[in-house]
Amino acid sequence: MSQTGTDRVKRGMAEMQKGGVIMDVVNAEQAKIAEEAGAVAVMALERVPADIRAAGGVARMADPSIVEDVMNAVSIPVMAKARIGHITEARVLEALGVDYIDESEVLTPADDVYHIKKDDYTVPFVCGCRNLGEATRRIREGASMLRTKGEPGTGNIVEAVSHMRQVQSQIRHLRGLSEDEVMVYAKDNGAPFDMLMEIREAGRLPVVNFAAGGIATPADAALMMQLGADGVFVGSGIFKSNDPERFARAIVEATTHYDDYKLIGELSRGLGTAMKGMEMSTLAADQRMQDRSQ
Amino acid sequence: MTTIGVLGLQGAFREHVRSIEASGAESVVVKKVEQLENIDGLIIPGGESTTMRRLIDKYNFLEPLHDFGKQGKPIFGTCAGLILLASEIDGSYDVHLGLMDIHVRRNAFGRQRESFEVDLDIEGVAEGYNAVFIRAPYIERVGESGKVLATYNGHIVAAQQDGYLACSFHPELTEDHRMTAHFVKMVEESKKSLAL
Repeated sequence: MSQTGTDRVKRGMAEMQKGGVIMDVVNAEQAKIAEEAGAVAVMALERVPADIRAAGGVARMADPSIVEDVMNAVSIPVMAKARIGHITEARVLEALGVDYIDESEVLTPADDVYHIKKDDYTVPFVCGCRNLGEATRRIREGASMLRTKGEPGTGNIVEAVSHMRQVQSQIRHLRGLSEDEVMVYAKDNGAPFDMLMEIREAGRLPVVNFAAGGIATPADAALMMQLGADGVFVGSGIFKSNDPERFARAIVEATTHYDDYKLIGELSRGLGTAMKGMEMSTLAADQRMQDRSQ
Repeated sequence: MTTIGVLGLQGAFREHVRSIEASGAESVVVKKVEQLENIDGLIIPGGESTTMRRLIDKYNFLEPLHDFGKQGKPIFGTCAGLILLASEIDGSYDVHLGLMDIHVRRNAFGRQRESFEVDLDIEGVAEGYNAVFIRAPYIERVGESGKVLATYNGHIVAAQQDGYLACSFHPELTEDHRMTAHFVKMVEESKKSLAL
């Protein structure tokens, strides 16, 4: 008897994306550019995060016709975003046949308390996290893949770095704890005890963890790989640069060869202007997407 | 000691390394062409075949990989790796290495929601093998000198031809190393015959 939607099948899909770049696209033409540049998947959206930020208002699941156009245009996997806690948007995306759903803080949350119970779905989910507590809660809800939240649409890598370091450092700390200490650590971090025990034993998360939220250059992508990311999501960074095709190719190569600095230097040479970034201190509290979920 | 490389441009290559080592051979991640000289066999892992092909072209891996196979050194392609090995890809003129005489269909079982796991019998390799299929291809036809090792729902999902081994599923995602061990044996035998 064959089984669909098992943990192994859903987590395994993310394993196949490792070492790769997942790119945000808003139409079929951009999706083809991404595929041609070597993206391992595309995220089909109505607007990239920088434009969502600029537009304000409520950001929702993309129009299904955009998602379908992208699915018809490329043979690589297609992901799409649902609002946090929006069970129906997620079911609609699953029915459309998307390959992965991002339950994302980039969109305006539909539920300010609960996330989707993701293990009920056949389609796998990716979720954002800033620390081990958020990571383990999302996994327990059924996420098959994680990513740092970073601060989307800013072109500023500082938050993604902080979130990746935080998760890694907490895993290292956890490894040194005794079993009775893990119980208190679980309580303090709102993390499921048994999952912490598993992570303590394995020395790593049970799912793939990508970097996301502020990657704008090949060097940014390589930095995140160096810090232990399994791969990278690039949202606004590609199609908000002044030469998307070159940026896309350069970011893919820098991710593969993240420790070949000579190559990254070559890739960065004369690449043109990256997206205009934002300094974190200029963001008001209500503009911080990462604070939209716990 | 037998050393088996895993092409490490993109995908689940570290899991293959673990599986090779558990099967008693040495393993190395291959990111540069010159590393091919120091290995006895190669695994092309699962991942995205279009991404891997783009990186293969970028780093001029295509000819060296082709030559590697033609020298008689074994290659094992899993999922995306199977597509890269194939001599014919359904609906596409873009054949990659074309080393193995098989006709394949990409994403043949459907999208991710149709991905599945199932227990398979693999001829001469394993019975009741837990095979994980992820947006997997299958083989429509195997050439005359090839041998079908496993089928699922009437579709060929594992085959062998001379030094080439290919499967639609992901042996690296489970703790069952029998498929990898079979390849390690193929590499050990080829090493002996190449030394003669």
